[in-house]
Amino acid sequence: MIKPIDTKLNAAAQNNFSLTEPDRMRSSASIEVRNLSYCYGKKRVLDCVNLTLPRGINILLGPNGAGKSTLFSLLTGLKSASLAKTGAGKDLAVDTANNEIKVCGLSLQSARRNIMRSMGVVFQQSTLDLDLTVKQNLLYHASLQGISSANALSNISDILSVLALKDKLDVKVRALNGGHRRRVEIARALLHLPSVLLLDEPTVGLDIESRALIIKYVRALTQREGLCVLWATHLMDEVTLEDRLIVLSGGDVKAHGITQDLCSQYQVDDVPQLYRKLTASMEVI
Amino acid sequence: MSPATYLCCMNGIIKREILRFLQQRTRLLSVLVRPLLWLVVFAAGFRSALGISIMEPYSTYITYQQYITPGLGGMIILFHCMQSSLSMVYDREMGSMKVLLMSPVPRSFLLFSKLVAGAILSTVQVIIFLFITRLVGIDIEFTGYLYAVPAIFLTAFFLSALGLMLANLITQLENFAGVMNFVIFPMFFLSSALYPLWKMQEANVVLFWICQYNPFTHCVELLRFALYGQINELAFAVVFSSAVVTCVIALVTFRGRG
Repeated sequence: MIKPIDTKLNAAAQNNFSLTEPDRMRSSASIEVRNLSYCYGKKRVLDCVNLTLPRGINILLGPNGAGKSTLFSLLTGLKSASLAKTGAGKDLAVDTANNEIKVCGLSLQSARRNIMRSMGVVFQQSTLDLDLTVKQNLLYHASLQGISSANALSNISDILSVLALKDKLDVKVRALNGGHRRRVEIARALLHLPSVLLLDEPTVGLDIESRALIIKYVRALTQREGLCVLWATHLMDEVTLEDRLIVLSGGDVKAHGITQDLCSQYQVDDVPQLYRKLTASMEVI
Repeated sequence: MSPATYLCCMNGIIKREILRFLQQRTRLLSVLVRPLLWLVVFAAGFRSALGISIMEPYSTYITYQQYITPGLGGMIILFHCMQSSLSMVYDREMGSMKVLLMSPVPRSFLLFSKLVAGAILSTVQVIIFLFITRLVGIDIEFTGYLYAVPAIFLTAFFLSALGLMLANLITQLENFAGVMNFVIFPMFFLSSALYPLWKMQEANVVLFWICQYNPFTHCVELLRFALYGQINELAFAVVFSSAVVTCVIALVTFRGRG
């Protein structure tokens, strides 16, 4: 079984052992974004975003085109925040001198490889290989993380059991339904025991049962393992009053804080009202 | 990061490419059918029309089928490598490339591993093709196979890198097919794959020089000599240096997509 991180940390402290790199990163699981701006050609999609995301669930709410996916691409290093190309039609990260993204206290620019080891991502668009089986997909991901098949298989077994997918191990992804595919992607993101988890609309298009299972699992895992989770969504019922909420709209952070506090601050009863007030959007689900 | 991590990563990428290839049985079939059609139908038709005189590495007169066998091997590599590049564009479009790029291993190594995987698959396909050619009377000695394997691998690595370089320039899947027509066919027809260059020189000197400077000509000649247990130094030098240059350009210019 995967050991809870707190148990590991306590054991290490009591026995005077030094913490391993993954343990150290998990103990400082967090994301910090400073002065992050990004443009597609002339269109500015992120405008001087500043965020500090501690351990726990951090929900990123925003309408379509708010800049959520761009923020994810920058956090995962798929887009470079230090990119400084100019000219029409080119992507442009502006104010490059002041841009800073830190994950687990490490700068993304200088410690990308260490960060990638401690980061699990579920992208908005499915990235599974449809012609391979669940097991083959997961083993491929494990190998990219430098985990041998033998070590990966025990983790795969544990994670798939919890996600009720164990019987799908040798099934081709093409034969799975949307809910199962999403669960496989979550299993993949967790396979290398990350300390930071980025979920870009992981429940979109799923039935109620699948959504509930994923939400329950991620919440339990976050609490048990002390993960820092950034969960982008536009489904308001996924937000609880205890979650840290970030409302992003038009590339700006409109509000950032504990949901309950934000509701009190803006004198609204619930998240949909808060969202409408901050974004002036009618898109409330 | 330990060497074991790099090896584990390369192993995973190669395994995935092989699994994907085995899943696409029609692709394997089409890879073999295309050159076999050329060998059995086209070469039979032109057998009497295109006589081949004694030329290196052959020590006697040969049939046209024997002459085009290395060229058809080259054709398999060319098509496979370009198709692999196409799949890379597809992966980028569909998002699968993100999974690869999220690895903590340096991107240049990940792409290098993809090139190695493509080269291994090409090598296996050409060896299978060469075995099948025995059925139409193309006898290759055992030493020929031994020499051919590294020659095929080097050629495939070069062409895979060329494909990756092209894939970097192309932003949309639809554009790739068009560009292929301007790469695959000119490279193949403007080479010594189907006719010896002295014949081309008799017909058109300008085309002859284009063929001479076409690196694919040297790929074919490298394979032709290798099948007879010989090394064509010039061809080796051209293919090797082309592989190094294209590989460096492809890795440096690679862009993922966020």
